[in-house]
Amino acid sequence: MQLVAKRTLQLVFVLVGICVITFLLVHMVPGDPARIIAGDRANAETIEAIRKSFGLNQPLWRQFLTYAGNLLQGDIGESMRYKRPVATLIGQFVWPTLFLTGYVVCLAVPPSVALAIASARKPGGVADQIIRFIGIAGMAIPVFWLGIMMSRFFGVALGWFPVSGYGKTFIQHLHHLFLPALSTAIWMVPVLVQSLRAALIEKAGADFVVAARAQGASEREIFWRTILPNAVLPTLNLFGVIIAFLIGGTIVVEAVYAVPGLGSLMINALLARDYHVVQGLTLMFAVTTVAVTFVVDLLSALIDPRVRL
Amino acid sequence: MSIASPVQTEAAPQPRFRLNWTIAIAAAIVGGWVLLAVFAPVVAPFDPNAVDIMHALAAPDSAHWFGTDQVGRDVFSRVLHGARVNLLMCVAGVLPPLVIGTMVGLFSGYYGGVVDSLLMRIYDLTAAFPFFVLVLAIVGALGPGLLNFFVALALVGWVTYARLVRAEVMGVRGSEYIQAAQCLGFSDRVVLFRHLLPNAFGSVVAYAVSDSVLVMLAGASFGFLGLGAQPPLAEWGVMIADGSAFIRQAWWICTFPGLATISLGLGLAFLGEGLGQLRRRQVSA
Repeated sequence: MQLVAKRTLQLVFVLVGICVITFLLVHMVPGDPARIIAGDRANAETIEAIRKSFGLNQPLWRQFLTYAGNLLQGDIGESMRYKRPVATLIGQFVWPTLFLTGYVVCLAVPPSVALAIASARKPGGVADQIIRFIGIAGMAIPVFWLGIMMSRFFGVALGWFPVSGYGKTFIQHLHHLFLPALSTAIWMVPVLVQSLRAALIEKAGADFVVAARAQGASEREIFWRTILPNAVLPTLNLFGVIIAFLIGGTIVVEAVYAVPGLGSLMINALLARDYHVVQGLTLMFAVTTVAVTFVVDLLSALIDPRVRL
Repeated sequence: MSIASPVQTEAAPQPRFRLNWTIAIAAAIVGGWVLLAVFAPVVAPFDPNAVDIMHALAAPDSAHWFGTDQVGRDVFSRVLHGARVNLLMCVAGVLPPLVIGTMVGLFSGYYGGVVDSLLMRIYDLTAAFPFFVLVLAIVGALGPGLLNFFVALALVGWVTYARLVRAEVMGVRGSEYIQAAQCLGFSDRVVLFRHLLPNAFGSVVAYAVSDSVLVMLAGASFGFLGLGAQPPLAEWGVMIADGSAFIRQAWWICTFPGLATISLGLGLAFLGEGLGQLRRRQVSA
């Protein structure tokens, strides 16, 4: 209980911090915000009117309170380009991204678990060396380049997959998003394997493994029944980090494959200087990451009796 | 290399041999790129920005080893000159966060107190944002460009270094040689910079090399997305973006800058990994 209270307090602090940072983000934009909103050809009166109506003539802390108040009411600003609330835009663009994320997880987790187990069963062995080598090499591949090459090869040359878009039905989604999901997964697997492998090897040296061995359990039994279940928890804790990684990765991949998701929305907003969309998305990505971490923490407390103490 | 461990351990002589080979090969790749970047104007057969419409989209041949792009610029020369920009990223994107973070981490770990708890809260906060998203958003606010990319990295990246150094300092703060230095009446400045800093330095360098892979790839991604280096500057990400529109007719425009990115990335990744292992071995020895 104490843990939950402590984590909740920490959560509130981080959420307030996220608000401050996203608020400051828009204020980092060089130049007069009223002039940016009004556009280049606006006259002095229009700019003054905008300054008043957006509350830009107020002190910074007042502006922040207004911003935070709006957030609490679920209003995360309005897009200057689409003339629509950012929340509506996010609702519109979120589905391809969610689908892609789920797809990546499905493609990346099974091979990661298999490779990590193969690697950790005999640390330093041939399999481990090769897997580690591939893992380090995998991190050096630029994911956008991989995306272009795969769309050129599997999409254009072989014609197996569409090279852009999202499709209409579930099957079409699966078909359209296969290459984007695969590119992200290829980049994701090394990160997952490394963390899982480290967790497995760490647990292999734990006292309870020695105890199990002393009781006469076979090495096979020790690995599958003692080490593996114990390695699940530390891996679960990495989920927050992995979500953050995935969000960053899908942004670029969506841009390469023209998937109409949050990543494309973010990049287009950045290039079109649609600052409130950027702000809203940054806020949302951060809150998602924090929420996932929080839930995972609570979950692991629920599973692991030791954390509760 | 000051990192090289003088201690010869008997336990695992074979991996040690292999480890040194990893570092040597990785260092050779990175060193090769540094040389090519430095001597790019001499080595490159063409001006990287010389437009030659008559020879646009020419396939690789003996004159243009990597072919030419949509306006007839020599891709080989552009890849060589691009090495300058992409290596610059590794330096300008890593050094400022490293210096700032190391300073903050040293003081925070040694003195503790309010500064330290503040640092940890800032760390919690930055960890809440996906790294790529935060850098992207800051660059978006400041405006696209390489300089703003470096500013964004400095604003975000120092926190990780600070946490790393803080952990190193806290690990040895109470140890005997630090106590001895304090008893002998050395000033805090001497203890911090003569004793604690060198101790933390190995981890920082190993991490910085690994970090430079991320930074270089992020920089190329930003160039590709039109948010980092701006055309016509020969930068690998920008070149890949240029070539992606012509990939059906001319595969070479974005293939070669991509391979260049991978080779430099591999060199840096294995160098970082090797140095990190060396460091861990040194600590456990």
